[in-house]
Amino acid sequence: MSSQEAQKLYERLKREAEAAGYYLNPDVDFVLDLMEGLLTNEKRYGYWSCPCRLAEGVREKDLGIICPCDYRDADLDEYGSCYCALYVSEEIAKGERKPQPVPERRGTMPKPPVEKHEEELVGFTKSGIPVWRCKVCGYLCARPQPPLKCPICKADRDRFERFA
Amino acid sequence: MKKIKLYALSTCGWCKKTRAFLDDHYVKYEYEYVDLLTGAERDRVMSEVKRWNPRLSFPTIVVDDTEVVVGFNEDRLREVLGL
Ligand code: SF4
Repeated sequence: MSSQEAQKLYERLKREAEAAGYYLNPDVDFVLDLMEGLLTNEKRYGYWSCPCRLAEGVREKDLGIICPCDYRDADLDEYGSCYCALYVSEEIAKGERKPQPVPERRGTMPKPPVEKHEEELVGFTKSGIPVWRCKVCGYLCARPQPPLKCPICKADRDRFERFA
Repeated sequence: MKKIKLYALSTCGWCKKTRAFLDDHYVKYEYEYVDLLTGAERDRVMSEVKRWNPRLSFPTIVVDDTEVVVGFNEDRLREVLGL
């Protein structure tokens, strides 16, 4: 019982995931429910807050849990799926294994140490162009500003950090 | 009869699976969709959840005010609910 909108979003995310080497959960009904969740959160907050996490409703505070969240790839590596089980490993995508509950990683990742020598650590190319890193998928690029959207995982510009 | 309280989000797939599991096993439970609450009510329920599960993740299932199951962990649920 899913809306056309959810169906469309599912098709889009599936296409984008596969183009970037990711897989969506093969349980289509489960994924369509998550699409409804993303659409609901978009209406509520204006961005795709993770459907399985409690949002604060303020973009800056929820930045790390905007789908795809900062924890997706670490959870895929360790557990074979993201926290919501929207993105899964190839094994799970092929039906060889079922997704398992994933413990909440948010808040457990060590905060990067406060950098005293920030200037020295920030990366530039030899020609003086700053290097940017997508916090979601690790994509690196050298340009005056990060791209509006990550070309790999489609995360927005504000998910980029300077690469040291 | 065990007293079961489910803290969930209305948008979350695992929460939905948890409800289906409880329903399939004819387990009676109360539930709260925390994302639908606002203001003081939301704060109150959030601190209730945190007492059992400091990570404030969902679903959180509290049984008889003594045991907690975090996440849709079928084996743990069976064990705690005696299914
Ligand atoms: S990648 Fe998975 S866990 Fe992360 S926000 Fe999206 S649905 Fe939620």
